[in-house]
Amino acid sequence: MNRYGHIVRLEHPADFETFRRMARRLVAAGISSHRVLWTTRDDAQGVLATMVPAQTLPEPSATDAPRAPRRFVELARLVACHSAADRYILLHRLLERFQKEPRLLSIATDADVARATTLAQNVRRCAHKMKAFVRFRTTRDRDGAERFVAWFEPEHHVLDLVADFFVGRFAAMRWSIVTPERSAHWDGATLIVAGGASREIAPDGDIHEDLWRTYFGAIFNPARLNVRAMTSEMPKRYWTNLPEAALIQPLIRQATARAGAMMAAPATAPARSTRPARARREAESRSRSLAANINSLDDIAEAAAGCTRCPLYRDATQVVMGEGRPGAAIMFVGEQPGDQEDLAGRPFVGPAGRLLNRALQDAGIERADTFVTNAVKHFKFEVRGKRRIHKSPNAGEIEHCRVWLDHERRLVRPKVTVALGASAARTLAGHPLAVGRNRGTPLTWADGSAGFLTVHPSALLRLADAEAKRAEYRHFVDDLAAVRTMIATVTPKH
Amino acid sequence: MATSRAKSLQQRLAILADAAKYDASCASSGTQARDARKGGIGSTEGSGICHAYAPDGRCISLLKVLLTNACMFDCAYCVNRVSSGVERAAFTPEEVVSLTLSFYRRNYIEGLFLSSGIVRSADHTMEQLVRVARTLREGHQFHGYIHLKTIPEAAPELIEAAGRYADRLSINIELPTDAGLAALAPEKSAGTIKRQMAEVRTAIDAAAERPRRLPPRAAPAPRFAPAGQSTQMIVGADGASDVAILSRSRTLYTAYRLRRVYYSAFSPIPAASTALPLTPPPLQREHRLYQADWLTRFYGFEVGDIAAAATAEGMLDLDIDPKLAWALRHRAEFPVDLNRAPRERLLRVPGLGVKAVDAIVSTRRHHRLRPEDLAKITPTARRALAFVAAEGWSPKGLDGERLAHLVRKPHRQLDLFAA
Repeated sequence: MNRYGHIVRLEHPADFETFRRMARRLVAAGISSHRVLWTTRDDAQGVLATMVPAQTLPEPSATDAPRAPRRFVELARLVACHSAADRYILLHRLLERFQKEPRLLSIATDADVARATTLAQNVRRCAHKMKAFVRFRTTRDRDGAERFVAWFEPEHHVLDLVADFFVGRFAAMRWSIVTPERSAHWDGATLIVAGGASREIAPDGDIHEDLWRTYFGAIFNPARLNVRAMTSEMPKRYWTNLPEAALIQPLIRQATARAGAMMAAPATAPARSTRPARARREAESRSRSLAANINSLDDIAEAAAGCTRCPLYRDATQVVMGEGRPGAAIMFVGEQPGDQEDLAGRPFVGPAGRLLNRALQDAGIERADTFVTNAVKHFKFEVRGKRRIHKSPNAGEIEHCRVWLDHERRLVRPKVTVALGASAARTLAGHPLAVGRNRGTPLTWADGSAGFLTVHPSALLRLADAEAKRAEYRHFVDDLAAVRTMIATVTPKH
Repeated sequence: MATSRAKSLQQRLAILADAAKYDASCASSGTQARDARKGGIGSTEGSGICHAYAPDGRCISLLKVLLTNACMFDCAYCVNRVSSGVERAAFTPEEVVSLTLSFYRRNYIEGLFLSSGIVRSADHTMEQLVRVARTLREGHQFHGYIHLKTIPEAAPELIEAAGRYADRLSINIELPTDAGLAALAPEKSAGTIKRQMAEVRTAIDAAAERPRRLPPRAAPAPRFAPAGQSTQMIVGADGASDVAILSRSRTLYTAYRLRRVYYSAFSPIPAASTALPLTPPPLQREHRLYQADWLTRFYGFEVGDIAAAATAEGMLDLDIDPKLAWALRHRAEFPVDLNRAPRERLLRVPGLGVKAVDAIVSTRRHHRLRPEDLAKITPTARRALAFVAAEGWSPKGLDGERLAHLVRKPHRQLDLFAA
């Protein structure tokens, strides 16, 4: 081996492809990372001329080729863009180490891993800032077409990394992004990445920059001045190429006085009344007076819409009233709306409602013969994780809501009122009633009307065992079939 | 609008951006990936981009303007209310379209965040907003980010159209209690706002349920607000406590699957209303609310945990962050063993973020962690070490008086005019 070691000539500072090809050969040949010089210089003079080009090493066979975790390729692609002089040595060393420590990358405390992770983070942030802070100015190509040109000075070698982002975003425009060491040019079809240039190549202004500065100044709130937060996200090193940055110092200087003036300005009294506020108040008073004089299902809905008789309205979306036609033979009373019902504003549209519909069909009951509603009209729930979990209403809430159910029963006048579950039974019977012992046979409710009690369909949904579920469903359908027989014999008693 | 004809585009931009700046939302994130390789202009990725920062530290990602700042409503907290003396102006929808495209081509912005004062009617106002979004999408094949404000009581078909063109929709709940809203915004109702959020969530769910892979040449599935919906609450304008605010937002997050709840400490506005308290809340309060909000969304904290870190009146400590406050009051839960504790216990440790916890969990499979290892994982290792046990380390002073002082950073007012 040559005593000066090997040399890899990179085509540009972020030449990941060359790194990838050469690092494979170097590791396969057992050449240690501290014996390799990675350079973009191509003047083969002095010491450089005595080193062995890595290109002369043989391409390793499939079995000799070094292995690396998949995650490393992404990591290395980023690290290669960093400005740190030792970045390729670090990557080469990691690749060496993977051969004996295949799970090295998951050890966050390893010095090489920690450093590579930090460098990659720096590069990612720098690339992100480049996507953010490039500012195009317009000029014309020789053929008269518009070209958008930006001069930019990134902290790391990220142009190659971000060029594709600009292609995807501005595919139909002609644009150029020029940095001191590299530039990218897009003509609407092909991307050419070439050497760098100097600031003079870009136009020195754009007709829209005044408007942009106006926007920047106006969106700033002087009462919330927080320069540290601004500079940590938009470091001063970027300011020279941001047209809006010229405004920053004047805005900061004037902020205190402007905020003070706002505080000192006399406050104005609210308008005595506005048309929409009047309309809102009228609707509310109409709904209040309606409560004493309800003559239709629509009246109930309007009167109940703003109900605050109990605190459930605060977290629920809306009142969910019953659905069906007056004169329906069977009224089903459930407990309360669930998540879906609360969102839709309609009863029994969720999973339990779908189950009820299926059971009605299986029991030979026409949906048009039914009216479905709930004992409590607002959804009561508890937030757990990402979901609203049903919580049973308490006696007070059921009691407060009874007035709306009473109106519904008075106007619908069903032959039979079926309580689904214990909460509905409690409201209709006027006292707690065990579902298990009282289900399946005709009952008389507190007001003397014909009644019936069965389970709430959501109880079936909660059963985990498939066989139990089938059995319980058959039982439920049998109960409904018994209700169907009942309506043939009962006459309403209101 | 007759009043605005005489003003130049630049003057109107100044007025209508100024009028829009009290809406804290700026996000351009969370939407589907798109680009212009098959025509049009613009792209979006999962994460948004902040193209600039104003000296108030807020990100400028979108062109955030109102279509008009004329408004029929009289919400006490709003600079644009009918009774305020601010100068009024309006853009035409075409002007907003052209401004958006000009700024976008120069890489100043990610897209547009458009809202409006309410003029003539809710439907008329919503129609104008939709028209801008539709022109951008259909007239110019604009693939950038669009955030539209929806107007309370606008017709469902207008909300449906808004969702078709916008990435994100939002409607502001404004205040943490219904009573607060009724007192300060006589034209608004919490019920109407919640119903619209429910409508939007239902439409988002429905769009997400459609099969992704469609037969070739089938019309693409209509999309609906792929970046979801968000809302904003004003802090300090009514008497609601921090716990009441967070409990409200927790309910909103889950009920309507909100992506974000923004908290906006009401700040002095030109021509303030006499209906508002005289002193604005400290900006630090807003900051603490965001921290607590974060804990409930990513750290497994429930509102009950936040309440356990707050005062009896439900207020968060302004001097220390809510996670540290919780830890100081639950010292028996510590130390947490770095080498054995489950992820959710590690997430409770002050000084350990989600990334640090992930790194700890992956590293400890290979070797036992020592205190000096933690410094390689997170810059806030010093704070965390007061609450964790590790190989050769057990923290001292967990039950001592001085712990709070040891881990407390010197108090720094966020609203200091620090240059």
